[in-house]
Amino acid sequence: MSEPAGRAGEQVYDVVLHVNGVLRPASVPARRLLSDCLRHDLRLTGTHVGCEHGVCGACTVLVDGRPMRSCLMFAVSAQGSEITTVEGLGTPDDMHPVQQAFRECHGLQCGFCTPGFLTTIAAFIEENPEPSEEEAREAISGNLCRCTGYQNIVKATLRAAELSRDSPGEST
Amino acid sequence: MTTKLFGEPVQRVEDAKLITGRAHFLDDLGHDALGAAFVRSPHAHARITDIDITGALEVEGLVAVYTHEDLTGAAGDRLPLLIPHPALTEPRTGYPLARDVVKHVGEPIVMVVARDRYVAEDAAERIVVSYEFLPPVVGVDNARRAERTVHDDVPDNVSAHMVQQVGEVDRAMAAAPHVLELDLEIQRSASMPMEGKGVYARWDAAEGSMRLYSSTQTSTGVRAAVAARLGLPLNKVDCIAPMVGGGFGAKIMHPWPEEVLVPWAARELDREVKWVEDRREHFISSAHERGQIQNVKVGFDDDGRVLALDVRVWHDNGAYTPYGIIVPIITSTQLLGPYKPGSYRVEFWSLYTNTVIVTPYRGAGRPQGVFAMERTMDAIAEQLGLDRAEVRRRNFITPAEMPYDHQMTFQDGRPLIYDSGDFPASLDKLKALIGWDEMSAYAEQARSDGRKVGLGLACYVEGTGVGPYEGAHVVVESSGKVKVATGLTTQGQGHFTSFAQIAADELGVPLEDVEVVTGDTRRFGYAVGTFASRAAVMSGNAIAMASRKVRAKALHIAGEALEVDPGDLEIVDGVVRVKGSPKSAIPLATVAVLSNPLRYAFDEASKAATQFAVGDTSGPPIGADQEPGLEGTDYYSPVGSAYANGMHAVLVENDAETAETKILRYCVVHDCGPLINPMIVEGQVHGGVAQGVGGALYERMEYDENGQLLNASFMDFLMPYASEVPTIEIDHLETPSPLNPLGIKGAGEAGVIPSAAVFAAAIEDAEGFSIRSMPISPSELFELRRRHAAGEVPSLTRRTATKSAAKRTTAKKATAKKATAKKTTAKKAPTKRRTTS
Repeated sequence: MSEPAGRAGEQVYDVVLHVNGVLRPASVPARRLLSDCLRHDLRLTGTHVGCEHGVCGACTVLVDGRPMRSCLMFAVSAQGSEITTVEGLGTPDDMHPVQQAFRECHGLQCGFCTPGFLTTIAAFIEENPEPSEEEAREAISGNLCRCTGYQNIVKATLRAAELSRDSPGEST
Repeated sequence: MTTKLFGEPVQRVEDAKLITGRAHFLDDLGHDALGAAFVRSPHAHARITDIDITGALEVEGLVAVYTHEDLTGAAGDRLPLLIPHPALTEPRTGYPLARDVVKHVGEPIVMVVARDRYVAEDAAERIVVSYEFLPPVVGVDNARRAERTVHDDVPDNVSAHMVQQVGEVDRAMAAAPHVLELDLEIQRSASMPMEGKGVYARWDAAEGSMRLYSSTQTSTGVRAAVAARLGLPLNKVDCIAPMVGGGFGAKIMHPWPEEVLVPWAARELDREVKWVEDRREHFISSAHERGQIQNVKVGFDDDGRVLALDVRVWHDNGAYTPYGIIVPIITSTQLLGPYKPGSYRVEFWSLYTNTVIVTPYRGAGRPQGVFAMERTMDAIAEQLGLDRAEVRRRNFITPAEMPYDHQMTFQDGRPLIYDSGDFPASLDKLKALIGWDEMSAYAEQARSDGRKVGLGLACYVEGTGVGPYEGAHVVVESSGKVKVATGLTTQGQGHFTSFAQIAADELGVPLEDVEVVTGDTRRFGYAVGTFASRAAVMSGNAIAMASRKVRAKALHIAGEALEVDPGDLEIVDGVVRVKGSPKSAIPLATVAVLSNPLRYAFDEASKAATQFAVGDTSGPPIGADQEPGLEGTDYYSPVGSAYANGMHAVLVENDAETAETKILRYCVVHDCGPLINPMIVEGQVHGGVAQGVGGALYERMEYDENGQLLNASFMDFLMPYASEVPTIEIDHLETPSPLNPLGIKGAGEAGVIPSAAVFAAAIEDAEGFSIRSMPISPSELFELRRRHAAGEVPSLTRRTATKSAAKRTTAKKATAKKATAKKTTAKKAPTKRRTTS
């Protein structure tokens, strides 16, 4: 973290975040949420904010491989960690198995909560490559979705694990 | 032939960008816009005595502070009454920023604009508003007692009182062999989309034009309202709904105060301004729904046929009525469900309370109406000792009676006439799907083993696809790509896919060549909005009709080019060809080129349309009835709603100790006519059921007596996670609507409609005593059990009619209740004989 710089009466810190494999500099006040920094400073708007109090899980990103609520973290405290957002999971031409599975299984409707599910599930299937349906349901039960009723997200979780097993090494 | 896409579970075309973080929701736009925040009333009812903004002025980065008196022109006027109705005799709407008095917690008072949202909130919290407290009215019961008032000039708190009656209810009730009365209650819940509301405005001072983005369910509605409030010509205002993170009704209400204020401030400041609602704001200042108290009186014969139904509803409309009385009108008409009571009267009072406004939430008054009707059906079955499914069947409208005219007026101002449906067939499907008899036996066996297992079912009819109209523009570009635009918006329903399926089928082009745009007034300016399960019916048909126009035009032009009769042509995979002679063909792309006679070529293909390339010089390049471009616009405007229907059954087990309800099976039979995309329809049903589970078992708005919303966060307002929602089993019946070209009926709201009713039925069956109020929490069920054990809540009589001799106390109580029922019967008996002889 560099010297505090002046910006409109509030101390600003120059930080460098390691996001999706790229070092990204940003100048942020101490209170800048990681979610806001990712979205508005780094313009990685795939991470969404649904409640800003850590309950809905839409803002979930991977911090050193673990799902974390980026609305409950400050940007300045994310320095030194490897952060993966939904943009880092895969691209439309080269999707992560969990992204493929969501499309195949109709695991999303409005898509607002989806990035949080995708990051959560990406980490989960790393940890548990052959989950049962019950384990899949358990794994996603910390994220809120208001559209799908979860049935197809459970299905997509199982399918993502299957796709990952079929093509090992492709998942993040 | 091109493979038909209508009816296929096509994967969604919009998903690729949504799952890779490349889609744009409201707050993904305008990173450099100024941020707005609001000072909102912390009190439910108070007079504003002073607003001191001096503290805010010290905040570095502050740009502007506005109160009511700063608002110029129509921007400060009372917000519009969107849907006037003759019965809404005392409509009241609020101001964008409160003037003098606040009437609910969350009402906006001061708007702050600053460098960003953080700074705007810093400034907002330094603004001191002084209040003189006024007594608040909270809850339907307090509202109807009217010891206090919300609006000084509405002494009874009644905004609207409406009665609809069909047949001689009083006479039929007096003559009925059996009469029952039920007092029912449903508490408040809310749409609660994952993305809150948001507005982003870009004023172009040079052009004098406004471009507005809003997370809305109606961009044309917002556009018209903003133009009016800002005194701008309509063609100087555009409104775009970007990707919208769910709506479920809350975003059909408009203009929200912020939808007026953000563009107004953007013009005042000549800067981009954005406001993004946070979750607490959404709880206290966006709309709620559902809260009602109901009284049902029903007269029926020995077979359980309803002869007279007399329903009174007290509806909580919150502090203002900008959306009119649509919700209680829907409750009072859709309550009828698939049934044909001999006579029907429904009377409602819509009541003011010092709480946030009530406007449609998915289902829009139907869950309450269905609750009333289905509780009644169960009570009739209970009284007569009949099977609950059988009682329903006996009251069904039969397919032969379609179209069925209820002789009432529906929410669209048109006659309540069911166009389609086969209710007996749907019931058969549902009974087969869940195994009604087996599950009844299973539940009974489980109960005799001491478990609290119960089975319930509920039926509904939903008027979908309400008018007045939607339209679509379809154009084949010279690349051969098809661009479809319709004005209504999308909040996750998969319109980009299902609408593309329709256009691709009609035009004979591959799905990937079709691109659909919704909710952008720059692309299509005439529209109503996405609500009332109307998008597929309205825009789906408009797109089909516009596509047919384009197809006819393409065949006409291709016919001339190929020198064949257009009737001999077909379009397959984007190529117009002679039927049976596919070598004689012309690509749609070339037809598009030919449709627009050119003087100047802009590429290789367009040379074909230039003046020396076109052969026939006998007539003008554009014929008398023709227009340039391979495009067409059309509108679908129905005479009435298309009525979808469904039936749900659930098997639950309540924990014997904790009274927690666990869902063992959940089955749905759904009839929305032909399915455009079954995968998407089932997804809609899943989501609706999940919201229904929430509304039945978990979600409620907990206002205290001061009008403070105690659970205004996701920590405290319990929405279901995956752990609470069951796997849903679905079967479809597809009875087409005769009203529209595609025969389709809406599906969006279906899943949520019968939930309160079906869970009440199953929990009641499990426990052996009546459930009259929803949602029901474990604590409430626990308390009911205690009161039941203490003899304060009677047992179901049907329980004693079954063989279990063990439960002697239950039997005794039930007998007592049955005796009362018999007394009613005896009293009515002479009349019965008169009417039946």
